[in-house]
Order: sequence, then C-alpha cells, then structure tokens
Amino acid sequence: MNSINKQTITKMGLYLIMAVIVIVMVVPFVWMLSTSLKSQEYILQTTPQLIPDPVTAESYVQLAERIEIFRIFFNSAFVAVMTTLGQILVSAMAAFAFARMEWRGRDTVFLLYLATMMVPAVVLVIPQFILVRSLGWINTYAGLIVPTLFSAFGTFLLRQSFLSLPKDFEEAAFVDGANRFTIFWRIILPLSQPALATLAIFSFMGSWNAYLWPLFAARRPEVMTLPVALGVLQSGPRALTEWNIVMAGAVVTVIPILLVYLLAQRWFVGGITAGGLKA
Amino acid sequence: MAGISKIRNWGWVLFFLAPSLLGLLIFIVYPITSSFWVAFHEWNLLSPPEFVGLANFQELWTDADFWRALRYTLLFIVMYVPSVFVLGLALALLLNTKITGISFVRTATFLPVVASWVVVSLIWKWIFNPAYGLVNYGLAGIGIEGPAWLFSPTTAMYAIVITSIWKDVGYIALLYLGGLQSISEIYYEAAEIDGAGQWQKLKNITLPLLTPTMFFVLITLLINYFQMFEQIWLMPMPNSSADRQLEVIVTEVVKNAFSYNRMGYASAMSWVLFAIIFVITFAQLKLQDRWVYYELD
Repeated sequence: MNSINKQTITKMGLYLIMAVIVIVMVVPFVWMLSTSLKSQEYILQTTPQLIPDPVTAESYVQLAERIEIFRIFFNSAFVAVMTTLGQILVSAMAAFAFARMEWRGRDTVFLLYLATMMVPAVVLVIPQFILVRSLGWINTYAGLIVPTLFSAFGTFLLRQSFLSLPKDFEEAAFVDGANRFTIFWRIILPLSQPALATLAIFSFMGSWNAYLWPLFAARRPEVMTLPVALGVLQSGPRALTEWNIVMAGAVVTVIPILLVYLLAQRWFVGGITAGGLKA
Repeated sequence: MAGISKIRNWGWVLFFLAPSLLGLLIFIVYPITSSFWVAFHEWNLLSPPEFVGLANFQELWTDADFWRALRYTLLFIVMYVPSVFVLGLALALLLNTKITGISFVRTATFLPVVASWVVVSLIWKWIFNPAYGLVNYGLAGIGIEGPAWLFSPTTAMYAIVITSIWKDVGYIALLYLGGLQSISEIYYEAAEIDGAGQWQKLKNITLPLLTPTMFFVLITLLINYFQMFEQIWLMPMPNSSADRQLEVIVTEVVKNAFSYNRMGYASAMSWVLFAIIFVITFAQLKLQDRWVYYELD
C-alpha cells in the first residue's frame, strides 16, 4: 500500500470519529427539542421518533399554564444582566486599585482575595443563607444578586489584564491633568475590552445557569429563576409522563445561552478557561 | 505638599477598593467565619444557637448517612475522573489537528459545557427513561434489555457518570488544548530530523510537556467533583431506591441544612468537605515533582 492511500484511510478514519463525536454531542439537544414539539401521546412510544410528526407547540402552551414562564424568564434575564454589570464594575474598580495604584498593604489585601477563592461554594451557601435571611432578602432580587457580586475571581482576572498595560498611557494623561477616575474610565477600561468581555461571559453564564444558591434564596414564583423552576416542574407528581413539557422548559432555558455562545464563541472559550493555566 | 498628595492617593484607593472590599468582607469573609462558629453549635434557626463543642464532628464520625455519601462521592470520582481525564486528552489531540471541519467538532463538544447542569440532568433523565428513552431503545436494537437506570443506586450512578463525562469532556479538552498549543514547534521539528514517528513524538514530547496541564486538570477535576451536586439532586427518579440512597456530600449538607434545619451539623459537614479537598489538593502539590515536568526557560 502506498503512502497516499494510507493517508486517505487515516483521514477517513478521523472523519468517522469526528462524525460520531458530533452526533453524540448534538443528538441529546435534538432529542430535547424534538420531545418538546410532540404532544403527550407521541412521546410515550416504545419506538422513539427523532423527527416529530405531527409538530405541535402545545407543550409550550401547557408550560405557560403550569408555571409563570414569562415572569420566570424575565427574572433569569434580569438577575443575569444585573449580576454581570455589577460584577464587572465592582471587580474592575478593585482590580484598578490593585494593578495601577501604589499603596501600603496592597499585596496583603490581595492575598485575602485569593484566599477566599479556595473556599468551596457549599461552605458559603449556609452562612450566606443565614445572613441574607437576617437582612430580609430571601425571595428578593437583592438576595439573588448582591451576594454574588463580590467575586475575587473577577478582580483577579481583571488585575492580570490591567497589569499588562504599559505605564506610559496614564503618565501622559496625568500630565494632561486627568484624574484617576478619568484614567480608569477612559484609558484602562477601553484598553481591556477582551478581559472585560471574558468576565462578562463568565458571570452571565454563571448567573444564568446557577442552581444551588437560587434554589434556597428564591423559591417564590415572583423571583424564581429558570433552573429552579425546571427543577420544580420535573419533580411534580405528573412529571413522569410529562416529558414534553419538561423538555419545553429545558428548551426555553438553554436556547438563550446557546445563542449567546454561538454568537460570542471566542469570548466563551476565554471565559471558561480563564480560571486556570496562567502558569 | 507630600502629605496632601498622600491623603489624596488614599482617597482614590478607597474609592476604587471600597465597594469590592466591603462586599467581600460582608458577603464572603464574614459568612465563612460565622460558618466556622456555627459548626460548633446546634442551631435550627428558630431558637438561639447552642454551643455543643465538638459534638457535630463526633456525630459525623458515626453517621452512616455521611459515610455513605462520602463513599458514593469517592466512587463517582474513581469512575468519572480517569475517564474524562483520558477522553478529554484524546479529544484535545484530535481538536489540535488542522483537519478541515475540526472547528465544527469543537463547537459541538462545547455545547454541553455551556448548557446548565439542570438542563443537562433533565435531558439525560429523559434519555435514560427505561421504557421510552433513547438509551434503552438503542440497547434493545442490539438485543440487550436495558436496566431501569435511574431507579436503583448502582445503575443510576453509571448513568450519572456517563452524563457527567458528556457534559465535561469538551471543557477538559479545551484545558488540554491550551497546553498543547503552548508546546513549541521546535521540538517536533528536531524530532522529525531524528526520524521520530507520530507515536514517538506523542510519547516523548507531547505527553511529558503536557504534564503541567494534566496536573492542573486533575486538581480542577477533583476539586469540582468532591462538590458535585446538581446531577445527584435531580437525576434519580423520585421515590425510587436511587432517590433514597444515592447521596453525595453536598446533597447531604443541603438536606441537613434546608430539610432538617440542622445548620450547625450541616456547617460542620461542609467544613469536613473543605478539609478533604484541601488535604487532597495539598497532597497533589507535594506529589507533583514525581511526575510533572516543568520546562526551564
């Protein structure tokens, strides 16, 4: 066998593997969508139909009857947007103080930030619940948003980026009489857009997908977010047979984040791997 | 003059730092310290906390539910971590080739990473449905009668391991990919001059130079999976033996805190989990000299 043939065979093998991977990754999502477009009697068939026939949106209508889906969707979107904006502002300001200013005790305070990153979420969830409860913030937007704003990780990420900018820019601005805030807002932030985008994606996805904290901080429909509502929906007494409705809820929950991902893919990759590999 | 500019400098430091630092102290540092305090108390949130010394930790030692949760956590890790460690590496090696259409594969493997654990749990709960799910339909096609996956603890565990690999393999591959792309081409060129084949290049260049990434991946996997929660909370079928028996440490903490209102006991358990994670991470840092190869610049 000559080497050209060998190469062709290797290539065909690779394409076969690639096809299998894509199918394994995509079919569960297709199955979710397909189930959500069937009516009750068609999902309970021992020979599953991958392409629904007939296609119907009745699961979505039933979903809206079962839970306050519009309100819940709004809650998720509102909480995710506020969390993202808040985290970016708070983290960027702190990162500016750590990266672009000289002050005594700076490195010690930064060590405190790093230390808090080690503590697992489950250690925090109980005392945060007790604290938020004593503030009267259970079942409020404040309770969902405020405790998640102070991420040491965001400060850490932006500090790294701010440190990489040359000193000359702000020295020139200083000579022109600019104050610290102008330098922060007009020079450092615009130059750090990739890092800001990375953090934005990271916080938005974290908030949109969050489950553990909202599960206990917001159980009422007025403030409930999508993942919690989905959990409630699938644990109901009829859930064993209502997979079309549960999958409709899953579609509504997953489509926005998948769209954001497909549109902003490269920031996602940065956002998700940002936690590591700096060494 | 110098004094004024010093004060002005501190003013700006406070302006930039205060929102973050105050928030961190109130919503992170204070809860952590108060949780440590609560761990030595009996507290149901209704009556005032009562100091009990080490009683919560002593109770943990003899609590069969806690040991079962710890055992299941370890079992999950033993099945899941090596699988995703190897599959993630294989996927990364594939993604690192320049073959046409590979970006499509990367996008596809990343879809489950972006989706929430709740959505992924529910999709797979439906796929593992014994009567109408895709998995048992596929198994029936090759003449195997599939089990009632999410109804009994052992099969539910397998189903959850498979789901977890599906969700995370793209993420792990991406971590590896970063490491692969930082390996200099020079090594490969030199090896080719010496007549090294693909396998030799993988064994003698890629894998040794990838050990720092592997080390990071292993630490990340262990830290994350000692804290696994959503899939265990959501996937077992309600009222089945899987639902009653399949618990991991975090679900046990959550149940004690929010179902039984035992804040002190649950806090103690969460600190034990932290201690376990800390010791394991520390041990890995100590053991890394044995197998992690750092390039000298």
